[in-house]
Amino acid sequence: MNVKSASKPLTRLQMAERLARDIPEGWYVNLGIGAPLQVADYVPLEREVVFHSENGVLGMGPAPAPHQIDRWLINAGKQYITLRSGASYMHHADSFALIRGGHLDLCVLGAFQVAENGDIANWSTSDNDSAPAVGGAMDLAAGARQLWVLMEHTTKTGESRLVRRCSYPLTALGTVKRVYTNLAVLDVIDEGFAVREMVDGLTLDSLQAVTDAPLRRSRT
Amino acid sequence: MINKIVQSMADAMAGIRDGSVVLVGGFGSIGQPNALIEGLIEQGAKDLTVVANNSGVGHLGLAKLLETGHVRKIVCSFPRTSDPVVFETLWREGRIELEVVPQGTMAERMRAAGAGIPAFYTATAVGTKLADGKEQREFAGRGYILEEALPGDVALVEAWEADRWGNLTYRSSARNFNPVMAAAAKLTIVQTQHIVELGALDPEKIATPGIYVSRVLHVPYGEPTVT
Repeated sequence: MNVKSASKPLTRLQMAERLARDIPEGWYVNLGIGAPLQVADYVPLEREVVFHSENGVLGMGPAPAPHQIDRWLINAGKQYITLRSGASYMHHADSFALIRGGHLDLCVLGAFQVAENGDIANWSTSDNDSAPAVGGAMDLAAGARQLWVLMEHTTKTGESRLVRRCSYPLTALGTVKRVYTNLAVLDVIDEGFAVREMVDGLTLDSLQAVTDAPLRRSRT
Repeated sequence: MINKIVQSMADAMAGIRDGSVVLVGGFGSIGQPNALIEGLIEQGAKDLTVVANNSGVGHLGLAKLLETGHVRKIVCSFPRTSDPVVFETLWREGRIELEVVPQGTMAERMRAAGAGIPAFYTATAVGTKLADGKEQREFAGRGYILEEALPGDVALVEAWEADRWGNLTYRSSARNFNPVMAAAAKLTIVQTQHIVELGALDPEKIATPGIYVSRVLHVPYGEPTVT
């Protein structure tokens, strides 16, 4: 069945906005490069959430206006950024110590696949593509207190990204707690994926039809 | 009198041998000591193992070191940049060896080297193919893998300010790997935008104490133009 005709999938910006609503004040958060970085644009400054960037910045602010660029100040995506009041710098070993030491409340990553046991695959789609590049993904996925994933529900060719077992090389085992897709918000619980909410017009059956892993309604 | 300031690039690069492990600071191009990399190319040491987060942008700096055939192996977390043309070509042609290391593991392996720690356990990469061949052990019910320290023969570092004792400050996010690498190598060579009088740096602001630094070269170049 064609899910898109029966419902309105979220755009990428709407997905970021939806996820941003669930981040409470006071959390220390790392946003992975790519789509997750856009989440910061939807957390209002008056809700004090402290964003960390792996290259040694805690307290990252929004992108600068063109005339305000500081050419020494970038984020992990190598984009120019600003600092907000209260920000600090640290060297790389300290920056990853705060990740690996379990000090981040949340990390948001993109992914190719998430499995019903919480496994994540997000760094390599095969063994022989261009040179493998892992960056900080394995540290973040294993080290943050919670890992949420922001990704399209299916690939461009319609294959489910929520799977029983990942077929792509793993980034970390069993650490994903929640997934935000263009169709739904799902928790990863002991039994597998539990649907918290769906976009208007979708039913659990129609969502299941485009999802490889078995789904159930969230009890919370 | 201690004076680590050298007057020429040749003095800065003296004694670097073929086959050295060279730690190169920077995250992308920010904090990457491009003048020292040019100096290393000129100095001519070959068969190098380079440890750096990325693999160079375009044909400058680290990319030029690779392109000119000085590097046998690169250890990095993310061998992609906005323009990784040199690395990708060498890698596809099998002319460079690549060791991909999670970024935090890479930083910690160098921190450990500087702190006299030969190896450590980490949860990063457990259950992934980057754990293949590594010792695994459980602590309090959680799996960890053993990672070994990553010491350098040489570190190339970019600082913002330096004094003649080799005390260093950094500029903004250009700090990144530089202090970690400065402590992890036998020979630490620094390029700095500013040289200041001994005593002029606020002790509270010194990020790398001079004990870790071997040589300092004054290279005022302005601002980085790419990231």
